[in-house]
Amino acid sequence: MEEIRIMFSPEFFRSILLPALIGGLAVTVCASLLGVTLVLKKYSMIGDGLSHIGYGALSVAAVMNLAPLKVALPVVVIAAFILLRLSENSKLSGDSGIALFSTTALSVGILVSSKAGLTNDVSHYMFGSILAMSRSDVILSIVLSLAVIAAFIFLYDRIFSVTFDESFAQATGVRVKLYSMIFAVLTAVTVVLGMMMMGSLLISSLIVIPTLTAMRVCRSFKGVVLVSGTVSAVSFLIGMFSALLLNTAPGASVVIVNVIFFLAFSLAGKLRK
Amino acid sequence: MKLLECEKIAASYDGTGVIENLSFSVGEGDYLCILGENGSGKSTLVKCLLGIKQLDGGKITMGEGLRQTDIGYLPQHIDLKKGFPATVYEVVISGCLGRRGLRPFYNSKEKALAKSAMERLGIADLAEKSCRELSGGQQQRMFLARAMCAAKKLILLDEPVTGLDPAATGEMYALINELNKKDGMTIIMVTHDIMRSLNYATHILCLCSSKESFFGTAEEYADSHLAAAMMGGGA
Repeated sequence: MEEIRIMFSPEFFRSILLPALIGGLAVTVCASLLGVTLVLKKYSMIGDGLSHIGYGALSVAAVMNLAPLKVALPVVVIAAFILLRLSENSKLSGDSGIALFSTTALSVGILVSSKAGLTNDVSHYMFGSILAMSRSDVILSIVLSLAVIAAFIFLYDRIFSVTFDESFAQATGVRVKLYSMIFAVLTAVTVVLGMMMMGSLLISSLIVIPTLTAMRVCRSFKGVVLVSGTVSAVSFLIGMFSALLLNTAPGASVVIVNVIFFLAFSLAGKLRK
Repeated sequence: MKLLECEKIAASYDGTGVIENLSFSVGEGDYLCILGENGSGKSTLVKCLLGIKQLDGGKITMGEGLRQTDIGYLPQHIDLKKGFPATVYEVVISGCLGRRGLRPFYNSKEKALAKSAMERLGIADLAEKSCRELSGGQQQRMFLARAMCAAKKLILLDEPVTGLDPAATGEMYALINELNKKDGMTIIMVTHDIMRSLNYATHILCLCSSKESFFGTAEEYADSHLAAAMMGGGA
């Protein structure tokens, strides 16, 4: 009961919990929106690959005493371009290309940080530390998330068209290359923010699971988008509060709640048939 | 002015030239069938016409105010098995993207256009169905409706009956013919079906082997030695 009292003390709520909840909600919703396209285009592993690359970049930045986000964001954006390109047209097929890139970056990160004796700091990025987010991180998360959501709403129909049938989209004058670049940037931003909270090991679950959950019950693209956004937001809140009550790791708790929703929706989908 | 005119165009696929020195034209209301064996460059030609692929030489000119993005396109066999969640209506209205320009949402005129295209093809009652629940024939009607949304004057179909059973194939050809004869829609269709081409088409473009090509009216094609050769020699 002691924890509950601390949790609902106004001080803790205002300075730690509230910012974490708002920032976290914003990023989880972004991840689930982008996830719809990534999953349907079979790019699920890109989120995973990017988070490992982000981990490498954050470690190097920490060792060199640079602001972590300022290094990680551009590195991951560039990596996102390369990985999307790899998946589209390459001799190295997409998934093996991603494995090659991401494990290389991960190893570099581990090497650099272990050599510099920073394993403790950097392990934050491995497992995430949503309650340790600084004020500026939270503000940045919210601003970037709003930008991602706004872009998603305004480009919704184009995103649908490109996801559904690229050659038709191209024929109607949609600039497919431009949109996949915009998409790469949005994904990269979301992954970097997400990994600071959820950790680089778990962020891809936020991208993939809500979409899979929504696809069990929804027929329409719009339905999948709305349900996956809602499910991920609800899972995040349930996961966070249960983590505080049961004193478990927040990131992992959120993922487990997502998985429970997935199982429940799968069952519901089966029953409806 | 013709609707579309190709002059001595050349294009390649993966570095090897598949189309060389090809000229033909399409007038308003024409029904052009493009015939040719696999690998003869039909799909490459389609991509050039749509402006997805750069030409290596020659030029394509459009008349009557037609822009490349005004061509209604029905792509070759789309695989929906991966279980893509989308309703028929969502797919059909995505054909209006080209005419919408930079506006972020569809207006009522575009919604009405999508509805009328679905009614025209007899799939209005399927609007809220998921496209993965459709039969092959219904799926192709959905894609034809989407092409109608995109098309102002010209629909380009790349092997529209691949994988359909004979009944659905016949229906599809009849629908396309109706669009051409009744609605005055100009049709360009890539196909393997010579007999039906000769029945419906006004013009034939044959990308035959060894860089030889034929372009002319359907009657001229039927009288040429090429038709006989494609239909299995002799005859």
